[in-house]
Amino acid sequence: MSSPTPTLNPDAPLPGEDDGERANRWNDLLRRIATGNALVSVLAVLLAIVVGGVLIAVTDEGVQTAAGYFFARPGDTFAAIWKAVSGAYVALFQGSIIDFRQSDPLRALKPITQTLLFASPLIAAGLGVAIAFRVGLFNIGGRGQILVGAGFAGYASFAWDLPPVIHVIVALALGIAGGALWGGIAGFLKARTGAHEVIVTIMLNYVAYYLLSFLLRTPLLQNPGSNNPKTPPALPSAQLPAILPEPFKLHVGFILVIAATVFAWWLIERSSLGFKFRAVGLNPHAARTAGINVDRMYLYVMLFAGGFAGLAAANEVLGTTTTGFTSGVDAGIGFDAITVALLGRSTPWGTFAAGLLFGAFKSGGFAMQASQGIPIDIVLVVQSMIVLFIAAPPLVRSIFRLPQPGRPRRRAKSEPKAVAS
Amino acid sequence: MTAATVTAPERSGVGRLDRRSWKVPIAFGLVTLAALVLFVILGRDRIVSFNLSTGTDLIQLPLLAFPALAGGIVVTVVLAVVTAFAVFRVWERRPVPLWVIVIGTVVAIVGFLAWAGAGATLQVPGLLTGTLFLATPLVYGALAGVIGERGGVVNIAIEAQLLGGAFTSAVVASLTQQPFVGLAAAGLAGMLVAFLLAAFAIKYFVEQVIVGVVINVLVSGLTGFLYSQVLTENRQLLNSPVRFDRIDIPLLSQIPVIGPTLFRQTILVYLMYVIVAVVAFALYRTKWGLRLRAVGEHPKAADTVGINVARTRFWNVALAGVIAGFGGAFFTLGSNGAFNKDMTNGAGFIALAAVIFGGWDPVRATLAALLFGFASNLQNALSVIGSPVPSEFMLMLPYVVTIAAVAGLVGRSRAPAADGVPYIKS
Repeated sequence: MSSPTPTLNPDAPLPGEDDGERANRWNDLLRRIATGNALVSVLAVLLAIVVGGVLIAVTDEGVQTAAGYFFARPGDTFAAIWKAVSGAYVALFQGSIIDFRQSDPLRALKPITQTLLFASPLIAAGLGVAIAFRVGLFNIGGRGQILVGAGFAGYASFAWDLPPVIHVIVALALGIAGGALWGGIAGFLKARTGAHEVIVTIMLNYVAYYLLSFLLRTPLLQNPGSNNPKTPPALPSAQLPAILPEPFKLHVGFILVIAATVFAWWLIERSSLGFKFRAVGLNPHAARTAGINVDRMYLYVMLFAGGFAGLAAANEVLGTTTTGFTSGVDAGIGFDAITVALLGRSTPWGTFAAGLLFGAFKSGGFAMQASQGIPIDIVLVVQSMIVLFIAAPPLVRSIFRLPQPGRPRRRAKSEPKAVAS
Repeated sequence: MTAATVTAPERSGVGRLDRRSWKVPIAFGLVTLAALVLFVILGRDRIVSFNLSTGTDLIQLPLLAFPALAGGIVVTVVLAVVTAFAVFRVWERRPVPLWVIVIGTVVAIVGFLAWAGAGATLQVPGLLTGTLFLATPLVYGALAGVIGERGGVVNIAIEAQLLGGAFTSAVVASLTQQPFVGLAAAGLAGMLVAFLLAAFAIKYFVEQVIVGVVINVLVSGLTGFLYSQVLTENRQLLNSPVRFDRIDIPLLSQIPVIGPTLFRQTILVYLMYVIVAVVAFALYRTKWGLRLRAVGEHPKAADTVGINVARTRFWNVALAGVIAGFGGAFFTLGSNGAFNKDMTNGAGFIALAAVIFGGWDPVRATLAALLFGFASNLQNALSVIGSPVPSEFMLMLPYVVTIAAVAGLVGRSRAPAADGVPYIKS
């Protein structure tokens, strides 16, 4: 694996600059890249993909057979490893970006729209986790918020008969409100009683799951005339319209998610409420001293966080699976959202990018499972490895022998000499 | 029970509390009120029967049958007495003893059973055995959680340790045809997961909740991947473990009612009794326990007196991992046999709930785990006899109770002071 080293010096001199100063600046820049978070994120992804490749190679039958006579013909083993790993990752690429085997250019481009489709709920729910992080809260409750939001949005989508455009807006709003309600419970308990939000949100996940399972057996949510715990399909007037013609499945939900990301960015970075959020996140005691009502911020941010998860839920039940849903509607999005927010370093656009990456993993993972027979669980492994590596920058830096920030600069002493000579 | 003495450190010198805490009396008052409304005013005037013996018992107890309404009245009166006693104790600035809380809870449960089972026969030994069956992995997980959090490391990854233990024990026990080797491997797997948690939490100071959540995803993905990729194809070789046999302890297993439940079990359950007793004793009575609690409550002070905080935390998290791994082995070697994808099904989170509801105390956490096991088992039993309560609400109970506990509605929940706070030596 090639690793960019911070000691490289560019050869091309820029005109009108002092030689030493320029070298210094380049060193600084390279140093910042090497110690910065972006490089760590990229390397973490690479490292996780390598680990995933090792897993695929070790469990592959062809590799195991070839390894049986490794010392007789080692080349076979390497060929088998290459075949298994490259096959898997090529399938992942074809399932998530461009399927270059397709002759029809439209069909070849379908995977990337599938990636966006899978990414939409991940981004929305990830935003909910991310803004809670910014206030210093761990919102593990994405799953529960999605389930409740789905219940609300789903109910509005089939039980009420409203005019076309109004119906979808009402259903969306109700989904967001449902998620916000569930998130708000955790925020309220945190604010009023100091109950730890991690415990409360985890427990609320299960409460929401059983509540939804119960309601799916009652006439309130169950499809009439069916014994399955499943809702009726959403009425056409409540469905999010498609934004591309037939072979594509992408719907307006993705545009809503972009809008939600812009809103989250504005909320955190530009609004006065976001300023208070960040102040509480950096130091609740200082924020309280500065006159910010910290408890109220906990409640507000959890309402927003739940609302974003509710948007993810509405995106699913009004756009992606409109044929009715079960209590499994969350499909792991709630927990994936945590890893998405962590990978995105809790910034709205970082979350957006991380959501796209994980959406690609998900879309490609299904293709990989179908064509190569590699279980989709490998995607979970890769995702969690990414986050583990990202969460511990010192680990990644020591693996790639990058400089640790805050350590005394080894080159710093030699530089003045270089300038002097 | 040793529990009453175990909680001794929470009291001040003469056994009086500095501050009156009315939460226990209020909780019991509410339960009494609910009993009055449910069992007496809305009482169902039919006969309820409790079958106390199994067919193989030496001493056959007669079928216990009484009118549900009369039973409800008795239960309500007893609960009122318990409430009054709790009020008296708190007024005297003394803590309400654990045995009073246990009696009150058991009586309330019996009342609920009588009300829900009116007009039917309840198989008590089956109910209790099922409870222990469901509670055993929870108890292991809860003990692991207690050890970790008493040492200041929040362990959200109990679920991952259980799952890792279940997977490894199934594979190793299949390969070796030796359940004991499988059990040892499960402990090792739990420890490996714990190493991961400890390395990130203690060495790299990563937020422990994050590491825990991510490790859960990692282990779920890893075991799921290996299960689909390797285990399903070599089912005979890799996923048909030898299970532990049930061992009847002579004499003890013939005690009416509790004998068949407690003493006709596999070695895993007996091991659990031992571990609970040892941890409960050692946590408050040995040097190990004192050091563990010291690094969890005030790591700086512990460091000052020469305890290596990082090392103490690291090895105790590893020990907790071994215990959780044993709990994972119960899913395969103690019950199901074969491993199944995500077979722990959230048990780690219920164990976490038991840790908190049990107030970070080994005995109380064990009792909480038993209560949660009972609630899960009760919904099975009630769905058979056709109960008025939807099963989902019984399954929801542990989680609701935990939310109430952390919100301070029932009892007091105070985590170890440095729980989840990395110790960065300056």
